[in-house]
Amino acid sequence: MNNLLAKTKGTFQYNFAFIDEGSKREIRRKILKAIAIPGHQVPFASRELPIARGWGTGGLQITMSIIGPDDVLKVIDQGCDGSVNAVSLRNLLVKTTGVRTTFDSREATIIQTRHRIPEIPLKEGQILVYQVPLPEPLRRVEPRETETRRMHGESEYSPLWVSLYEDIVKWQAVSIGASYPCRVNEHYIMAPSPIPKYDINKLNMAENLNLFGAGREKRIYAVPPYTKVEPLQFSDKPFTIEDFSGLSCRRCGARNTFLDEIYDEETGEKYYVCSDTGNCDLLRQKNQEELRDEHDCA
Amino acid sequence: MIAHKREPVLSVRGLSKMYGKGCPSCQTLTGPEFNNNVCPVCSSILALHDISFDLYEGEILGIVGESGSGKSSLVQCLYFDQDATSGEVYLAHYNEGKDNVLNIPASKKRYLRNHLMGMVYQNPVLGLKLNISSGGNIAEKLLAADLYIYEEIRERGKKLLEKTEIPMYYMDEIPKKLSGGMQQRVQIAKALANNPPLLLLDEVTTGLDVSVQARVLDLIKALQQELQISMIVVSHDLGVIRLLTNRTLVLKNGRLVEVGLTDQIMEDPQHAYSQLLVHSML
Repeated sequence: MNNLLAKTKGTFQYNFAFIDEGSKREIRRKILKAIAIPGHQVPFASRELPIARGWGTGGLQITMSIIGPDDVLKVIDQGCDGSVNAVSLRNLLVKTTGVRTTFDSREATIIQTRHRIPEIPLKEGQILVYQVPLPEPLRRVEPRETETRRMHGESEYSPLWVSLYEDIVKWQAVSIGASYPCRVNEHYIMAPSPIPKYDINKLNMAENLNLFGAGREKRIYAVPPYTKVEPLQFSDKPFTIEDFSGLSCRRCGARNTFLDEIYDEETGEKYYVCSDTGNCDLLRQKNQEELRDEHDCA
Repeated sequence: MIAHKREPVLSVRGLSKMYGKGCPSCQTLTGPEFNNNVCPVCSSILALHDISFDLYEGEILGIVGESGSGKSSLVQCLYFDQDATSGEVYLAHYNEGKDNVLNIPASKKRYLRNHLMGMVYQNPVLGLKLNISSGGNIAEKLLAADLYIYEEIRERGKKLLEKTEIPMYYMDEIPKKLSGGMQQRVQIAKALANNPPLLLLDEVTTGLDVSVQARVLDLIKALQQELQISMIVVSHDLGVIRLLTNRTLVLKNGRLVEVGLTDQIMEDPQHAYSQLLVHSML
């Protein structure tokens, strides 16, 4: 089934999905609590893993706790299936579970992601697991953990609002790029992990389950399916997303996706490609099929 | 002179505040007669003991007393900065004065602080965030009261600063750059942001020079006449009390020793301590 199990067979064997069943149980209980209180950060006993904290251990522990042998896994890093972080985490999960993996977000039952939501809207039954570096949205205005917990409890979010106000006074717009604070289910304010503003609206009333794990900060929180998620905004200064008008992906030609800016190593020319590589590949395939069809007709 | 026959805006009954765990001797071995509010048995500090008074609409109530007499503890308990040890406080604007607001949940207390009260501290550091602009400080109070319209927040901020005589070009400057008197006026603007029916002023003019002090006092007087806010003014300065207030409470070692019309207390003090206080006035 896999190298690691085969090599160690007879002497020592890792548990299915690496962490032991007792730990999985603890994490599952915390996940259930997080789902029951949307947007509320639930502390959990974060485990040691064979990767360092701050490298996706929160998301990884959630994935390891919920994955079963029949799941289909997709792991992305900034939308990309092939970057080092995604490949390493995927390898660890495959070696210890033997599950099938995919690049197609429609096919996957569990998608572990770092900082992007796939372009194709997710459906019921799919779980999106986020790797979160900083789970506390109030940290930018209040350094004390005791205070931020009290502020969440009393719904005292005015200091965060003031930081938006000050931004507009200084820069005529809110200057937060990623991890834009959102109000979940009209109650808690949440840091949606550093996903771009472009992805925030996908969280609102999403059909899929969203689980957020911060391994170093030891917090789990969730946005259950069909939950209201609103970015903080003044009613006369509406929330805006990144503007890609006039730009298109160099690989697939898409004009309505989140684009990465890249400089050509040789010519120094600036170009754009889709950040979601799985979706980009699908679009390229579709383009080629259309071309072939046209060719066949002619 | 007494025109206040309406229901009180604020009623305080038997308010006590103890710093420390307390013991049976605390009440019997402290107080004005011992000239002490530290319990000799358990070293707890009885900052306030059994304070009761009413505040009527549009009235300015003075609280006077020496250092350590419990003046600041009293307003801090009313503003929920400190948790009172025992007692009852009723606010006419909260649930028609039926609930003891000392026992309501923290989120409701926060609502009261933001919607029904304003507080001006002696030290602007406590009332203002010095790394946020003056306009931002006022905005915080408005945002806390759920006003999420940017232009309206700016507009109201401008009006408040105008009312408190702060030049408009200081609106987007941090209060660190302002003088002490100006910081105090920004604090007043912030406290008034939501038109609260009750304003608490804790030694607002202490530490300001005489001319600035006069301007701040004029401002408070003018605002009171314009807005008809009920106020509690804490001061150790009898001049301030005489200028601003209608009625006065005299505190000594955490006990209420005399209550009366300000003029009456100034002209004809009854309690020995009040007499001492009035006679020591320059």
